Amino acid sequence: MANSNPPQADDLHQFGFDTRAIHAGQRPDPYTGARAVPIFQTTSYVFEDADSAAAYFNLQEYGNTYSRIMNPTVAVFEERVASLEGGAGAVGFASGLAAQAASFFTMLRPGDHVVASKALYGGTITQLKHLFGKLSVDHTFIDPDDIANWKNALRDNTKAFFGETIGNPGGNILDIEAVANIAHAHNLPLIIDSTFATPYLCRPMEWGADIVVHSATKFIGGHGTSIGGVVTEAGTFNWSNGRFPGVADPSAAYHGLAFHETFGVYGYLMKLRAESLRDLGGAMSPFNAFLFLLGLETLPLRMERHVKNTLEIAQFLENHPMVERVKYSGLESSPYASLAKKYLPRGAGAVFSFDLKGGRGAGKNFIEALNLWSHLANVGDAKSLVIHPASTTHRQLNDAELAGAGITPGTIRLSVGLENAEDLIWDLERGLRASAVRESSRIYANDKINEKISED
Amino acid sequence: MNDILEYQDTQTIREILLSARTIAIVGLSSNVLRPSHFVGFYLQRHGYRIVPVNPREKEVLGEKSYAALSEIPFPVDVVDVFRASNAVPPIADEAVQIGARALWMQYYVISNEGAAIARNGGLHVVMDRCMKVEHARHMGRMHWLGFNTGVITARRLKISNQ
Repeated sequence: MANSNPPQADDLHQFGFDTRAIHAGQRPDPYTGARAVPIFQTTSYVFEDADSAAAYFNLQEYGNTYSRIMNPTVAVFEERVASLEGGAGAVGFASGLAAQAASFFTMLRPGDHVVASKALYGGTITQLKHLFGKLSVDHTFIDPDDIANWKNALRDNTKAFFGETIGNPGGNILDIEAVANIAHAHNLPLIIDSTFATPYLCRPMEWGADIVVHSATKFIGGHGTSIGGVVTEAGTFNWSNGRFPGVADPSAAYHGLAFHETFGVYGYLMKLRAESLRDLGGAMSPFNAFLFLLGLETLPLRMERHVKNTLEIAQFLENHPMVERVKYSGLESSPYASLAKKYLPRGAGAVFSFDLKGGRGAGKNFIEALNLWSHLANVGDAKSLVIHPASTTHRQLNDAELAGAGITPGTIRLSVGLENAEDLIWDLERGLRASAVRESSRIYANDKINEKISED
Repeated sequence: MNDILEYQDTQTIREILLSARTIAIVGLSSNVLRPSHFVGFYLQRHGYRIVPVNPREKEVLGEKSYAALSEIPFPVDVVDVFRASNAVPPIADEAVQIGARALWMQYYVISNEGAAIARNGGLHVVMDRCMKVEHARHMGRMHWLGFNTGVITARRLKISNQ
């Protein structure tokens, strides 16, 4: 079964990435001719007749029933992401974490085991460790850089490998092809969180990944307006290999339907939508899908600028005396430079971290002195963002886990936006100067300022 | 791989779907959970006449089932195959004999020998593709469920297509 080809794009002409970022998934509305994607802000859909309603609920016909399961605006977004990633289809979710949880829920059962990189977004580590731990799904976090670790962590009950294209915030670049080969040799899928890369910079399925998840909140949306996530699947993994009864066996939640046999390359995606999304309920809002679609239209243009600014800033920091080290795989000095050239030839993303000399106090001074960079917990905005992971995004992790994720007390994470690079560097200079000031004198200076304000 | 792509030409698929009226489905099951039933149900719903070809069935989807293609007493446009790949060559022979215009092999039904027989007999051939999925992709509603149809167009859809 695994030999079957997933459908490819129209045989007559292969449209380019930028064209698909603008057009894929949308067919101008037959009723109104609306050129923009209409926002179908509706919970439900009137059936043509009783037979049609039955056919939709039996999954015998593609039809709209209820917006927790499908929505025409969200569907345009889903197909567009699938087209850009090269997947058989996609399913949108209310957030990146909802998408990721559903991608696991669809294939895993209690007693299963997942091998995951330890260089992950803190929320993902928490989800695997605590949420799935509560559901009796075991995990092993490994150093993803040594390929042997993936193989060594395998158990009889291992059902998936999980990693990030660009690790958060350590900047590890995953050797996707090598990890996919090990996964497939052991009849399990490779799931990649490619949020930081976006399909413009890297398409993990071209290197063997089976499932790609995104937090659309980040670069896909691109403007910091909406929370959302998406799962796309290649359609090539053989879910009927005897190891995934959750996908292949007749479903008790769907009157005995065997999803993989019945829907073939679309089996996993159908199950993801008709069961996991339906039952977990984390549906993407149509309005958010509309905003994500606007984001995708300019994804190629924005990512070009994001990576150009990022390289300039990383080079500036690398040469600054107050900076201990810069972890950007786009730099020649990075241990990941060769992997970045292979997997991210257009640029190594726009999120990276660096360590200040002076540790935690210097980090605080740095952040508080910035004027143009926004201090907040997000990445992938048009605006440049900055955060201190040890006290925020990765706060739930203990010291060993922090070190595993490549974070020190003085680590600062940047998400480089689309402003003029010289303005961003001007502001970073100010922060770096402040970071050099001793803690006590800074507090004194602040007190003086506050006194002056209250006098005014 | 290239052999299969040769039998997955978009233009051919569109022509078959647009011109066909009567589709004989070899291996059509009356079990509503079988993939063949999903496809038969869908194609019937979209206006095609379905002709079950299965010696183990009497009637499927309200249509009389025939034991073999040669027993169908009226013309057939497409022979759609839900059988093991090694069962295809004799089916292809029969498809030529009854004057069908296309031989369609479903997902995982792969027979270069069967395809060659049909082609030499003047039939269009599609292999390792699902007739339901291809209809839904080109003229149906597959895009409503977030599947990658590969269709890129700025043309307004016709309401009748829905």
